[in-house]
Amino acid sequence: MSVLDSKVPKGPLKTKWTDYKDHIDLVNPANKRNIDVIVVGTGLAGGSAAATLAELGYNVKTFCYQDSPRRAHSIAAQGGINAAKNYQGDGDSVYRLFYDTVKGGDYRSREANVYRLAEVSANIIDQCVAQGVPFARDYGGLLDNRSFGGVLVSRTFYAKGQTGQQLLLGAYSAMNRQIARGKITPFNRHEMLDVVKVDGKARGIIARDLVTGQLERHSAHAVVIASGGYGNVYFLSTNAMGSNATAAWKIHKKGAFFANPCYTQIHPTCIPRSGDYQSKLTLMSESLRNDGRIWVPKNIEDVKAIREGRKKPTDLSEDERDYYLERRYPAFGNLVPRDVASRAAKERCDAGYGVNATGEAVYLDFASAIIRYGKEQAQIHGIKNPSEAKVYELGKGIVEAKYGNLFQMYEKIVDENPYETPMMIYPAVHYTMGGVWVDYNLMTTIPGCYAIGEANFSDHGANRLGASALMQGLADGYFVLPYTIGDYLSKEIRTGEIPTDTTEFEIAEKSVKERIDFFINNKGNHSVDYYHKRLGNIMWNKCGMSRNAEGLKEAAEEIKALREDFYKNVSVPGTANELNSELEKAGRVADFLELGELFAKDALVREESCGGHFREESVELDGEQKGEAKRKDAEFAFVSAWEYKGEPFDAILHKEQLEFNEIELKQRSYK
Amino acid sequence: MSGFFKSSIGRKYAMALSAFFLMIFLLQHFAINILSVFSADAFNEASHFMGTFWIVQYIFQPILIFGVVYHFVMGFILEAKNRSARVKKYAKNNGGANSSWMSRNMIYSGLAILAFLVLHFIDFWIPEINTKYIQGDMSGLLADGEGYRYYEELTHKFVSPLRVGAYVIAFVFLSLHLLHGFSSAFQSAGISSMRKKKLQTFGKAYAIVLPLGFIIIALYHHFNH
Amino acid sequence: MNLTLKIWRQKGPKDKGSMVDYKVSEISEHMSFLEMMDVLNEQLINQGEEPVAFDHDCREGICGSCSMFINGEAHGPDRGVTTCQLHMRMFKDGDTITIEPFRAKAFPVIKDLVVDRSSFDRVQHAGGYISVNTSGNTQDANAIPISKHAADEAMDAATCIGCGACVASCKNASAMLFVGAKVSQYALLPQGRIEAVDRVKNMVAQMDLEGFGNCTNTGACEVECPKGISLENIARMNREYLTANIKD
Repeated sequence: MSVLDSKVPKGPLKTKWTDYKDHIDLVNPANKRNIDVIVVGTGLAGGSAAATLAELGYNVKTFCYQDSPRRAHSIAAQGGINAAKNYQGDGDSVYRLFYDTVKGGDYRSREANVYRLAEVSANIIDQCVAQGVPFARDYGGLLDNRSFGGVLVSRTFYAKGQTGQQLLLGAYSAMNRQIARGKITPFNRHEMLDVVKVDGKARGIIARDLVTGQLERHSAHAVVIASGGYGNVYFLSTNAMGSNATAAWKIHKKGAFFANPCYTQIHPTCIPRSGDYQSKLTLMSESLRNDGRIWVPKNIEDVKAIREGRKKPTDLSEDERDYYLERRYPAFGNLVPRDVASRAAKERCDAGYGVNATGEAVYLDFASAIIRYGKEQAQIHGIKNPSEAKVYELGKGIVEAKYGNLFQMYEKIVDENPYETPMMIYPAVHYTMGGVWVDYNLMTTIPGCYAIGEANFSDHGANRLGASALMQGLADGYFVLPYTIGDYLSKEIRTGEIPTDTTEFEIAEKSVKERIDFFINNKGNHSVDYYHKRLGNIMWNKCGMSRNAEGLKEAAEEIKALREDFYKNVSVPGTANELNSELEKAGRVADFLELGELFAKDALVREESCGGHFREESVELDGEQKGEAKRKDAEFAFVSAWEYKGEPFDAILHKEQLEFNEIELKQRSYK
Repeated sequence: MSGFFKSSIGRKYAMALSAFFLMIFLLQHFAINILSVFSADAFNEASHFMGTFWIVQYIFQPILIFGVVYHFVMGFILEAKNRSARVKKYAKNNGGANSSWMSRNMIYSGLAILAFLVLHFIDFWIPEINTKYIQGDMSGLLADGEGYRYYEELTHKFVSPLRVGAYVIAFVFLSLHLLHGFSSAFQSAGISSMRKKKLQTFGKAYAIVLPLGFIIIALYHHFNH
Repeated sequence: MNLTLKIWRQKGPKDKGSMVDYKVSEISEHMSFLEMMDVLNEQLINQGEEPVAFDHDCREGICGSCSMFINGEAHGPDRGVTTCQLHMRMFKDGDTITIEPFRAKAFPVIKDLVVDRSSFDRVQHAGGYISVNTSGNTQDANAIPISKHAADEAMDAATCIGCGACVASCKNASAMLFVGAKVSQYALLPQGRIEAVDRVKNMVAQMDLEGFGNCTNTGACEVECPKGISLENIARMNREYLTANIKD
């Protein structure tokens, strides 16, 4: 019997959540006033949770490392948010969204959680519209939808290319209302550096005021971790520079199991790296693949000529180009899911066909889309026998209307005009499906400690569909956690205020202080970034888009060695009692250096290919699917939940077996 | 409305309203002055009417004085407040990259206009008040009783090249002030002139033509008498 | 390329601070401005000096963290970009670049180029929201149709990233573009109309309290705004403010 209890309620899938809510314990309003909740992280999940918990009457303290909750990295999501509204009448339903999400996640998520997510998705849109989120509308004044990421319906709501920003500002506005009412006390420019447990329960945190460097003790009856994903373990990713796993890792070290760390999403359409100085990667919306065709030259000579500047991509004729996605996946072509598209790009670049100086770039070409749209427009405008220039002009107008802001962004960064020459793209780390293990209540294995949003592992399985991250963050924060946390807090009404002058707080603060002092006094000879970049290199090369046992073993050893070197030789200038960004980074990288090793171990144990996790040993050996990822449901249809035991590699694996009662497991095929 | 005029936006409205009033006054002033170029009699008639009609003298004149004083005082108050909103100045500030010189220097063009107004009051307004209300001569006639005095007084003032020079410079500053002030007043009042091309073109024309007209009148009299 | 940097260094909020000269070399024109700063900081750390503190996070122009005043302009000489999107190809080999923090009484310096913009948050607390419960039991999202034009205009106002470039660029350190954008977003939507009177009054009162200057319509904010927020939003806020005061 596993120690893991997912606490999924009994009963039919479709009424599980409603029945559960009906029977959950509630806290009466007078008692809520005496209960404190800490929320760490104020992105979509944390912001919406904080606002709702405060609305319900709890006293909420929020913590974020940014200078304002409005800057959380949820803000960078571009494309949109899914919801089973079926406004388009194209056959969408809660079940279909549920089905797509489970299938898209390559059957490695928990059915009950995903169904609940699909169920509350429609409420999110209602809520956000009521809050004044300016979603795109059609001429009739109703909400507009777009289709996204290879599903069969149009269920994605969007606000230009800034949906994440608008939803985050919506959650932030809900927070503002509660701050004005005095129900939320915001602690911005604060970083949580440890969780404090009293009698086994999460009772507070130690936080550092990033401006003054002071350590602070904050107590609460429950602690909610909403600190996002750990993509920055790769150094280069589309995450924000400050995005970190520290809060999640600290609770892991105090008893919260960490689930499926190896599930990482590598997004196919990012702007390629241009040099070693690169600090981060920029994502361009997946929607570009709706009209762009991806290719590399067929002949290696042409690749060389292009790299040396002797040829331009536009010089190559159609015959000289290899539209490899269309070649390999005739059914889905350029619209295969993210993981498949990313691996295919890597395969070509590894074979030497990468088209930029670093050898890590493929073309995304809009020339044929421009011509197609141009001809269409000529037809619409009744222009007979239009000239080539006219067709181009008309087509460019359409492409500009659809992707103008993305093209502009590309041109700003790369200094090439994507209307005239194909864009260059390469996959980049984008999202982490893995995270802190939580039960149906979103509670971790530490009682009273919850994890929501990207920080938990629950809903996306081994691969996340486009426009689903925003949905999950807000679902957790607005509509799930506020109910489930009540069940726990209803038992805390007699606890009273939790003192912070206890031994538990003292010990926790002391260890945090010692660690900070260690970094300040270490006086080594390498900067934090030096180690972070090296860690990123190991992760990218050995735990990246494709993985094998040998590489993973090496990775684990190399990370361990790097960590030891880090503790010996890292240099952190400045003092502890001031704004010190190097000190902040040192703490975060130290945690990544542990997480990375667990990541490699998890990837090593999972000897199958599923979603974002591709093991070279687990591929189809023959037939039409030859060379494609092979999932092994009989052996690996479980969640890996790791229990911390000192060194990362000593972590103990607990398995939560996944049960699929509603959905039949199938191998994904895009041929 | 309590506190409206103490708020930042309320004061913007106040500046805009006084500006509108002053711009209309300026137009009226110009209309009468330009008569002096075409006909001394017409100018005299109009001046006498304005100088003796009770509505103008006892209602419009105090409002005008209030408007002028208010516009200046509020301008200074806002300038002081705005300066205090940035205690430490930039070592390098490239204002020219994002805004016009006129918009950034309203206080200086305003001060130049104020200096001119002082001169103008000494030249015209104080003698006018002295003649009419202290000496009690409401006739508007010359000392010898031969016709109105207004045209004579006007031409007399434009004899000195120094005064004409000061006059011309002052109107150049007025033009600069109006080049920003006209559209700014509309924007402050909530009417977005920045987006409404026609209003903006009209504003520019007003800001150039009117001061230029005043300058032409001055030069005309200087060179013709 | 090789550059000379004149950077404002200030140890803490109460310290005096001064401009300090630094040299950086072998800067690639493809670097972003912040990557150039990373190079400088790596260099300083290796020399045992303290790196230059600056705010930054997403590095893709949307979080609004980065906030430098470069060669006399907020976010530097390029248009429609934040500092993290500014590329070194905008500069020439041998250039001297002056880098200062955003300066305003309402944005006190915390350290070097890092300023405290919490005044923006407090303005938002005063009314930057619609008072609706987060229960999800609101009416259906399509129950109130909103004209595409109004929705688009609200969206344009809502794209503000709260970076403070408007305040930094304004000769009066006025925050009216920021406040005007938020007031406009809600004023343009039927959901926001219900509280429009109180919202504009409260937000303007808080804005004045924070010590921002007054708007004199120079238009510098609109030019320097990385998101191109229009001055129309200030005009709209003025209208809203007048009608709110008349109604009250």
